[in-house]
Amino acid sequence: MAQLAAVVGVGQTKYKTKRGDVSIAGLVREAAQNALNDAQLTWDDIDAVILGKAPDMFEGVIMPELYLTDALGCNGKPMLRVHTAGSVGGSTAIVAASYVQSGVFKRILTVSFEKQSESNAMWALSNPQPFSPHLNAGAGGYFAPIIREYMRRSNAPYDAGIKVAVKDRLHGAKNPLAHLQLPEITMKEVEDSPMLWEPLRFLEACPSSDGACAMVIANEDLAEQSPGKPAWIRGAAMRSEPTMYAGREQVNPQAGRDCAKDVYKQAGIDNPRKDLDCAEVYVPFSWYEPMWLENLGFAEDGKGWELTMSGATSLLEGGDIPWNCSGGVLSSNPIGASGMIRFAEAAQQVRGEAGDHQVDGAKTALGHAYGGGAQFYSMWVVSSEKH
Amino acid sequence: MRDVAIVAFAQSDCVRDAGARNEVELIMPVLQEVYKQTGINSAQDVDFTCSGSCDYQQGAAFAFVAGVDALGAVPPIKESHVEMDAAWALYESWLKIQMGQAESALIYGFGKSSPGELPIVLSQQLDPYYLAPLWVDTIAFAAMQARVMLEQGLITEAEMAEVVARSRKNAANNPHAQLKGDVSVDELLAEPEYESPLRRHDCCPISDGACAMIICTVEKAKEWGKPYAVIKGIDHRIETHHIGSRDLTQSISTKQAAEAAGVAQGPVDIAELYAPFSHQEIILRRALNLSDDTKVNPSGGVLAGNVMMASGLSRIGEVAMRLINGEGKRGVAHATSGPCLQQNLVTVLEAQ
Repeated sequence: MAQLAAVVGVGQTKYKTKRGDVSIAGLVREAAQNALNDAQLTWDDIDAVILGKAPDMFEGVIMPELYLTDALGCNGKPMLRVHTAGSVGGSTAIVAASYVQSGVFKRILTVSFEKQSESNAMWALSNPQPFSPHLNAGAGGYFAPIIREYMRRSNAPYDAGIKVAVKDRLHGAKNPLAHLQLPEITMKEVEDSPMLWEPLRFLEACPSSDGACAMVIANEDLAEQSPGKPAWIRGAAMRSEPTMYAGREQVNPQAGRDCAKDVYKQAGIDNPRKDLDCAEVYVPFSWYEPMWLENLGFAEDGKGWELTMSGATSLLEGGDIPWNCSGGVLSSNPIGASGMIRFAEAAQQVRGEAGDHQVDGAKTALGHAYGGGAQFYSMWVVSSEKH
Repeated sequence: MRDVAIVAFAQSDCVRDAGARNEVELIMPVLQEVYKQTGINSAQDVDFTCSGSCDYQQGAAFAFVAGVDALGAVPPIKESHVEMDAAWALYESWLKIQMGQAESALIYGFGKSSPGELPIVLSQQLDPYYLAPLWVDTIAFAAMQARVMLEQGLITEAEMAEVVARSRKNAANNPHAQLKGDVSVDELLAEPEYESPLRRHDCCPISDGACAMIICTVEKAKEWGKPYAVIKGIDHRIETHHIGSRDLTQSISTKQAAEAAGVAQGPVDIAELYAPFSHQEIILRRALNLSDDTKVNPSGGVLAGNVMMASGLSRIGEVAMRLINGEGKRGVAHATSGPCLQQNLVTVLEAQ
């Protein structure tokens, strides 16, 4: 049986285009130190470090965990490096939790980061491979046709994506760590921004950010002794499917549906819209909110956009199921950390530590990440209640 | 901790250049082999899958994603990946079994080093501000380490050559080995130096290939009705990246991992050590406190063939298969990563 584990400390950096003031080591150290401070712990209290990031080519450092061990106080301890594409921040949190849930370790530190300013992610994703068709489009170009198919199937109004772009930036303006600070953003401004990949406009896409996120995860005994409120991990799940196969459902992928079903079952959630108080979901392009609302069971197939348009996912409009109160990936995107930020922000909500973007009385929250060609998923449900 | 059974292991031949075969084509045969050994059909028949590989070998971000194509992941599977040697993928899977979230797991590692110049590629795993700009390659680092040991009188060049001679001799019985045969210590010492004090044979070859393993609970192994060896202990540790701050003549992190894994709790019949350079085998034997009765690297070790990202898992698989075949009762397997043995994983296995 898995042992209980909880998030007892969360640390993040400020997210911005270029953190020229710190090295890569300085960046991860900042997040890790913030997490230790939050948990009122020191480096000696940590038994192991689990590091995650997206492709090494994003900074040009192979297996950077080797170099980062000193900055993360890991010498003499176990260090593991996870890499599962864009879902990696979430996957890393889940692997880190398993160090504790297995009973092998009592308290660990998990960190994820990206310093996108060190290189060009779109280039790093687009170098040609032998025996494969060359896709020189980056992530937005890859997902745009799938979004168009969603719009065709669901008859969604053309501005559902615009609504998400505005909503998440207004949320982000409540979060001092968010990269984009656009408190005055309007639907018209988003609509007038340049079209990048039809139907995605510039302001409907995530930024490129530098940043890191860290969490301290502890076992039941230590979590109960922790000075802050713990976020109990009530369920965690991962799923993968191939990028391409005959008959693959790309708009509403099976792996996402299966992963959600699994994590809800572990956490005792029957109706996610009712049973969850909020969710931090990986939405790097605006239209992925209505699409994931359906994939994750918050709305019926073809009806996700209705929730978005009604304001149900908006904290500021008093929606019943606010999504991405932190501003989400649309406001900050240090790729390798983006998944962990979702998981950590979900934890902050149920700990009551989300500051100006806190959902009143939030008890149970979902953290979600996806990656690759929308084929890798990681999710967890955290709660202020142990059972 | 509960015992975890290793029920199947397969590795490809270590070859210098796999030619036009892509990663999926390297992985598929070893997956098929472990399915056959276990009596299952595909990755759908295990609870968890985890792999180890390195994007920079292939020269593409998300290189491991293609690996998923080898798995038949339709319907979707529970799957993860480490940007490390697959020995650490085994560790992640072992945790999943410890926490009761999986009864069985498939682990695989693969590497195709032939398209690039591996020592130069690996120089980019160093501190990007202070070390990587110097382009110090892995061989130069190892040569400095060997030099320190020679100058302190901790090893002799003849002892290094003995390691190589034994590796080549043992590899004669290993159908997957790349380098094998009878060579004498004198013949080896007559060879010219390559990166002083290392001779070419002191350095592991560069290989393309893959390996795969299936592990499970002891109950599941009995249900499958297959012979198995068990993991009694497993631990991994890392030490400082700053070479100048380390005592290169010993491996502290191996000692720490060995203690946590319980190496000293019984005699060791067989040990497979991931020593990419001859003198490192001597460091590791000492760190693990192995006696003269221990048979070290009966497969020839990585001096006979080194598939980056798979060799660590292969060491564990080699020991497990030998225990299953009755070659010993208790064994130790070691995996490493980083310059001069910076990070190490130690596994203790027992025959059933």
